[in-house]
Amino acid sequence: MTTTTRRATRARDTAIALVVLAVLLFPVYWMVNTALQPGVDLASTSFLPTSPSLENFREALSSQGGNLLTSLGVALGATLVCLLLAAPAAYALAQFGLRGGRGIVFGTLITQMVPGIVIANALYGAYVDLRLVNSFLGLVLADASLGLPFAIVLLRAFMVSIPREVVEAAMVDGAGRLRAFVSVVLPMSRNALITAGLFAFLYAWSDFMFALTLNTTDDIKPITLGIYEYIGAHVSDWGAVMAAAVLSSIPAAALLVLAQRYVAAGITGGSVK
Amino acid sequence: MTTTTLGPAVTPRPGAATDPDRRRAHRRATLLQWGFLAPAVLYMLAFFGYPLVRNVVMSFQHYTPRTYFTGEAPFNGLDNWRAVLGDPLFAEALWHTLLFTAGSLLGQFTIGLALAAFFSRRFPLGGLVRAVLLLPWLIPMVVSAVVWRRLLDQETGVVNQILEALNLTSSGVPWLSSPSVALLAVTLVNIWIGIPFNMVILYGGLQEIPRELYEAAALDGAGAWRTFRSVTLPLLRPVATVVLVLGFMSTVKMLDLILALTDGGPANATQTLGTQTYQLSFLELDFGQGAVVGNVLILISAVFAVIYLRANRTDFGTGQGK
Repeated sequence: MTTTTRRATRARDTAIALVVLAVLLFPVYWMVNTALQPGVDLASTSFLPTSPSLENFREALSSQGGNLLTSLGVALGATLVCLLLAAPAAYALAQFGLRGGRGIVFGTLITQMVPGIVIANALYGAYVDLRLVNSFLGLVLADASLGLPFAIVLLRAFMVSIPREVVEAAMVDGAGRLRAFVSVVLPMSRNALITAGLFAFLYAWSDFMFALTLNTTDDIKPITLGIYEYIGAHVSDWGAVMAAAVLSSIPAAALLVLAQRYVAAGITGGSVK
Repeated sequence: MTTTTLGPAVTPRPGAATDPDRRRAHRRATLLQWGFLAPAVLYMLAFFGYPLVRNVVMSFQHYTPRTYFTGEAPFNGLDNWRAVLGDPLFAEALWHTLLFTAGSLLGQFTIGLALAAFFSRRFPLGGLVRAVLLLPWLIPMVVSAVVWRRLLDQETGVVNQILEALNLTSSGVPWLSSPSVALLAVTLVNIWIGIPFNMVILYGGLQEIPRELYEAAALDGAGAWRTFRSVTLPLLRPVATVVLVLGFMSTVKMLDLILALTDGGPANATQTLGTQTYQLSFLELDFGQGAVVGNVLILISAVFAVIYLRANRTDFGTGQGK
């Protein structure tokens, strides 16, 4: 192949890729487009936001701002719980060679197959008994379950590669197992911890089912539940609904920008390995 | 737990195993090691193990809206099972679940594979576009569903506007409001959501295939289709199985998307096992019958769990899992 035809092929491929991108991301564009156009509720939306305004965002923030904060708190809490549980467990599974360790790895894989609605079904009864229904803590604990198996599998896959000698060296210097873990293993695993944490955050932020089933009042209402109820009540106010949708997509967009190169590796590592 | 310190787990160093101090130290070390694991294991028992067991028990109990005030849920034998399995809505939901899952997997996988193969070529901006294509998968599912609800609106939705402008339809398609197309519409939206995930994992799988095999196939004079069938597909099989099984498990229990798009309607046209469990338990407050449908879901997932684990083993066998 000559250089010019190769260049032409590559240009053609880029053009095709951009068309694919435009088609597949059209709904995302339309979400932003609608959010930027006030007063489009009953008429059809025009293809370009010719006179963009933040009016819809103002309205979305005033009605959904509290829910966004709830989501932020719940997702941060769930991420913390998830990492606190997953990091030491992954380390033990990767490095200690405990008998029964394989069974636990197996069990972790199995948990990914338990339907969420089944968990909610049983959890509701337990939550009533424990007075965790309509509680912040209850939702944080439930949402942590969404990211935990993935975090364990991902962190374990990373920690397998940490040489045992590094930890042993720290222990020879007088550190205990725990000290060695905190001051040697965790810093070495920084990137893996960030990836696992970002996914745990995103899973909890996206949660709808636990928010829907474990709350019977409006006390604890994440943005996903807020938007769901919003379309029930304000179905004619699509501009504000789309503005709320844009606001609730910010973590996804941020994850894509911040952790772009970890995301693909994370998904592949967590599911295939 | 202390039994783990006995037996072959103890490093058989001469003289060491008979020394009681060393043995005690070893036992303490093992206990400490289990301490690292215990919180996560206890949590998983509480949030995965307990619900599994509790659902089986609940499916034999009679729950009423009053149960959570009185605490009374007497056992009622097979009543819940008989009621659910005898309800025509269950058969309908099972059938919808099957169509929705099969349709979703077929669409997600073929489009995902086509895109993965396309992005395996080297061209400017390829990596960036591939990364940005992940966005639909990362957005909360309820949010995607709400956006699509707007897009698919019969009167003001842009999908019908485009179809009409292209002369593909003359009058607006009632995507979400007609029982005959609603399930198709929901499936199409789910395909859209699943494409990025399929694409990313299959792309990874394609990268693992040694380039020499393609060169050898080209030397043997194999065409594109022949190369795809004899080189790509067989070598991609372990990864493809994992993608399909993971896709199956997330699709078969789908709840968020369907609730936000159609609430199971119109006329139960998009009612699936996931939404039926939710409706029985949390809307009709008959947690016993909800648990029955939930158990059917678990059973279906368990069958595929076996396939998944076998696929994983094949995976390790070929060295791709490491």
